[in-house]
Amino acid sequence: MSKIGLIIKREYTTRVKKKSFIVMTILGPILFASLMILPAVLMQLEDDEFKRIAVIDETGVFVNSLTNTEYIEFYDFSGRYFDQKTFTYDVTKATDDLKDSDYYALLYIPKNAVNNIKGSVILHSYTQPNVGIKMHIAHNIENKLKNIKFQVTADDLQITQEQIDEILSVANSEIQVVTNIIDEKGEFKETHSEVAMIVGYVSGFLIYMFVFMYGTQVMRGVIEEKTNRIVEVIVSSVKPFQLMMGKIVGVALVGITQFALWVLLTIGLVSAGQAIVLKDYDASKLNPTVMEMGSELDATSVVPDEKAMEFEEIFQAVYSVNYFAVIACFLFYFIGGYLLYGAMFAIVGSAVDNEADTQQFMLPITLPMVLGLFVMLTAMQNPNGSLAYWFSIIPFTSPIVMMARIPYGVPYIDLFISMALLVITFVFTTWFAGKIYRVGILMYGKKVNYKELWKWFRYKN
Amino acid sequence: MNALVAENVEKKFANHLALDDVSITVPEGSVYGLLGPNGAGKTTLIRIINQITAPDKGQVFIYGEKMQSKHVENIGYLPEERGLYKKMKVGEQALYLCQLKGLSKAETLKRLKYWFEKFEIQSWWDKKVEELSKGMQQKVQFIITVLHKPKLLIFDEPFSGFDPINTKMLKDEILNLRNEGATIIFSTHNMASVEEICDHIALINKSRKILEGPINEIRNNYASDIYEITFEGYFNKLESTLTSDYKILDVVENSQKSTMKVEVLNKNIKSNDLITIMTQYGNISSFQKHLPSMNDIFIKVVEETNTLIK
Repeated sequence: MSKIGLIIKREYTTRVKKKSFIVMTILGPILFASLMILPAVLMQLEDDEFKRIAVIDETGVFVNSLTNTEYIEFYDFSGRYFDQKTFTYDVTKATDDLKDSDYYALLYIPKNAVNNIKGSVILHSYTQPNVGIKMHIAHNIENKLKNIKFQVTADDLQITQEQIDEILSVANSEIQVVTNIIDEKGEFKETHSEVAMIVGYVSGFLIYMFVFMYGTQVMRGVIEEKTNRIVEVIVSSVKPFQLMMGKIVGVALVGITQFALWVLLTIGLVSAGQAIVLKDYDASKLNPTVMEMGSELDATSVVPDEKAMEFEEIFQAVYSVNYFAVIACFLFYFIGGYLLYGAMFAIVGSAVDNEADTQQFMLPITLPMVLGLFVMLTAMQNPNGSLAYWFSIIPFTSPIVMMARIPYGVPYIDLFISMALLVITFVFTTWFAGKIYRVGILMYGKKVNYKELWKWFRYKN
Repeated sequence: MNALVAENVEKKFANHLALDDVSITVPEGSVYGLLGPNGAGKTTLIRIINQITAPDKGQVFIYGEKMQSKHVENIGYLPEERGLYKKMKVGEQALYLCQLKGLSKAETLKRLKYWFEKFEIQSWWDKKVEELSKGMQQKVQFIITVLHKPKLLIFDEPFSGFDPINTKMLKDEILNLRNEGATIIFSTHNMASVEEICDHIALINKSRKILEGPINEIRNNYASDIYEITFEGYFNKLESTLTSDYKILDVVENSQKSTMKVEVLNKNIKSNDLITIMTQYGNISSFQKHLPSMNDIFIKVVEETNTLIK
């Protein structure tokens, strides 16, 4: 094996064997997957317990519109707590009784609820009721109230319920703007800006995170070799540049390994999780839509119910992004951005004696990176604006900003210029870093500043 | 043949000259002491020989060939600032560092086994370096340095951090390697060990070589006319005779014997004349020319050049 191959192998294997790498690789997907699956799991868990709810309805109109579900049953107790003498309902006594009863909660609907519903309906209970119960009750009462109001209006205007429904359906129609991109051949392509935005944001942010994470590992590795004083032994066998490149490439491979494992494990966990959680949930409604995905979507051939339509729309939107381009560009910009900054991290590592001293040299690294992150947020809104354009061309910010533009579709010429500049720049920074690095690693106990670094750069070999 | 020849080497850093026209010649099979005060330029010269940095001017020849990158595989270097990866296991690390020197994996394993058995440290193979004491780490480092059987070995302050037993062991190993045909360049401040094991030295001060040659020749050159004498007889009479042309130093008188140093001040007087005088008053049981220690020479020469440069 060549010497640089040996160095890459060492850098790679020592890092991959580390406990922290293994823990991160396993925890990451679990975290991602649980973020996706957990809400579904929680919703299922919440509904598990059967609950009886006592109701005191002063108005008398709502109690019959409360529908029982698999887990909730309503019982009308309005009669029992009605005081014949005072013509009032004894809510205090009812709540006292609730304590030792097998009822979960007491729903109290006051007399003025019809005219002033806001905040008047109260659910008494001894434990925090879940959102599902609250939503169910609110939904029931709201519908009833609407019906009452519509009825009153219909009576006033002397029109039928059917006419009201018709008016409502017109008023409620949701407006969705469909965006169509016309490509060079004049063909229309339906796009989904929301999904493009999310994909762009996530990949841009991942690049930011990865470059920092693995760049820091390069820096730490250089400092480790310096403080362990092993560096002089090694550079008597290999060129300092080989040592630096071996480290940078080795760490890059660790990054790619971790990313690949994350993607695979997350996909595995999510599908396993879905299989368990969604086993008997909406399976019938989901399947036809999913099966259709491969072929042309023909909305008229099948008329799916409302839920299936929603799913279909989401799938269509998710699939409208060109993932091959996104992943290919992600890998390119991750590697390019990492190589560009990795060399700079190596300079910082070589210039200092311990990690505490790195702060003073971090600004030229963090500044463009954070700037890139901010510009990315703007680029997500306006991917073809001049700000987004220029920052996706400038190599120091392009890995982050370009990733926010790619899901929207970027002209090839932009992509080409940006990528070419990135390659040229990282070749240059690596060469530049190599010149400083070879001096820095053999310097101990020296107070280093930028002027000193420049001096090192100009040393002859 | 000479193992190493450096010709007119010059190395300049931003605002100071680290090496100024330095030439040295290291004969094959010698133990060559590279001496000089801190900051004289020794480490820079060693780094140039190891191709860690390149000279601005001048040339280096290794066994007659102009220095090129393949030569790093013929050199074993134990730097003054040395260490190992703390978290890596001893065996893995030795394997890695020796493979970097161009040895095959199988050959490295075979030779490592030999050395680990020789030093009786087989049990360290799977230990992390941080679990070893400093002296133990030095042993491992020594093995790594010599494993690829380099023809030229460079030790920079090899004995620092070693206890006397390990120091002796290391000295024996260095002399062993020399006997097996290796040439050793040895940089140190410990002048006693220089006298003990070096046969050639070069002294560098203020970026310049100020002295070079076989160690005995140098010590003879710097010897003044002082003799170490053990004498049995009438010391009082001897003392009253050795006046004007002589000076008696460091006398230790026992009941019968006296040991002393006698400096001859008159250049025309030979040692035989002194012996003739002394035999008149008693017996000479030993008589030898006093050679200055390397320590004395070092201090003398360095101070002289310092005042000259000022």
